[in-house]
Amino acid sequence: MAVDMSTPILIVDDYKTMLRIVRNLLNQLGFNNVDEATDGSTALQKLREKNFGLVISDWNMEPMTGLQLLKEVRADMKLKNTPFIMVTAESKTENVVAAKEAGVNNYIVKPFNAATLKQKIASVLGEF
Amino acid sequence: MSNANVATVRAPSSLQATSPGGGSTPDRDEIAAVVQSIVSTLRGDLTAAELGLYNELEGLARFIQHAKAEIAALRPDEIRERHLPVATDELDAIVGATEEATHAILDSVEKIEAAVADASEPARQTVAAAITRIYEACNFQDITGQRVTKVVKTLKLIEAKISELIAAFGHELGPVADRTQTPAPAEAGAPAEAELLNGPQLPGRANTQADIDALFNS
Repeated sequence: MAVDMSTPILIVDDYKTMLRIVRNLLNQLGFNNVDEATDGSTALQKLREKNFGLVISDWNMEPMTGLQLLKEVRADMKLKNTPFIMVTAESKTENVVAAKEAGVNNYIVKPFNAATLKQKIASVLGEF
Repeated sequence: MSNANVATVRAPSSLQATSPGGGSTPDRDEIAAVVQSIVSTLRGDLTAAELGLYNELEGLARFIQHAKAEIAALRPDEIRERHLPVATDELDAIVGATEEATHAILDSVEKIEAAVADASEPARQTVAAAITRIYEACNFQDITGQRVTKVVKTLKLIEAKISELIAAFGHELGPVADRTQTPAPAEAGAPAEAELLNGPQLPGRANTQADIDALFNS
């Protein structure tokens, strides 16, 4: 099944430069319904207000980390099935294992390229 | 002398951990009390064992004095109050400058992207591929920021350790530090050439081009 390029995607990062880079890369890949949040609380609020088809979140944020956000999403009956990709510089095995155990759908290590982003999104949403 | 006292006095070898880069801080008052109590018992003829003990204590005192002098020569107060904050500010400035530059690059790239929207398909694809590469390369800024943050945390840890060191040795370091060699100040009005090589100034502390133009025009 073809991926709907208007799937709402929420990107979460406390670093505005990265938000901008990821948004532009998503636009280049053809996704045209991208929203942003600069912290976990705002992300949760947006997720509860609107149905997002994918969350792409940084790990290293304060006060709520990406892992905590993931756990909150998975603990919420309404949000628990939302696809979630972690994009982070935290590449230690224990980090990946913790994210996997918390229910992350895929994991992208920074720095990354557009091909990797496309591949990981495809693995979650389907080929496009 | 009790066995407990002997055990305490035999501590010199273990107290080597108090050298710079070593472990815990010695309790100097306790050492002084032990030395005093031992010396007060040294009356009359000394046995060979007592003499050996006395020599060991003397060596310990010299070692502590030497360690204190070495620590003072490092000028820990200056490292904590001047060098570390300057290093932290410089690192923060690196993050700020690279972030600003990255946004400037992204501004320009977005304009190029908009400008080629109506171009021919081959031209648009070529530009799009180049722009993708630029976006990917801009990842560096986030990674740089995170790495610098790690270094800043390490500096803060060092700062805390130095504060502990100063607290342990207290006022004894100040006067000793004052006696250490200080570079001779340059003659008034004629800074040494090396002193002029400060590198980039931190934002807010530097003269702007307008400030410099004003100086030239005054």
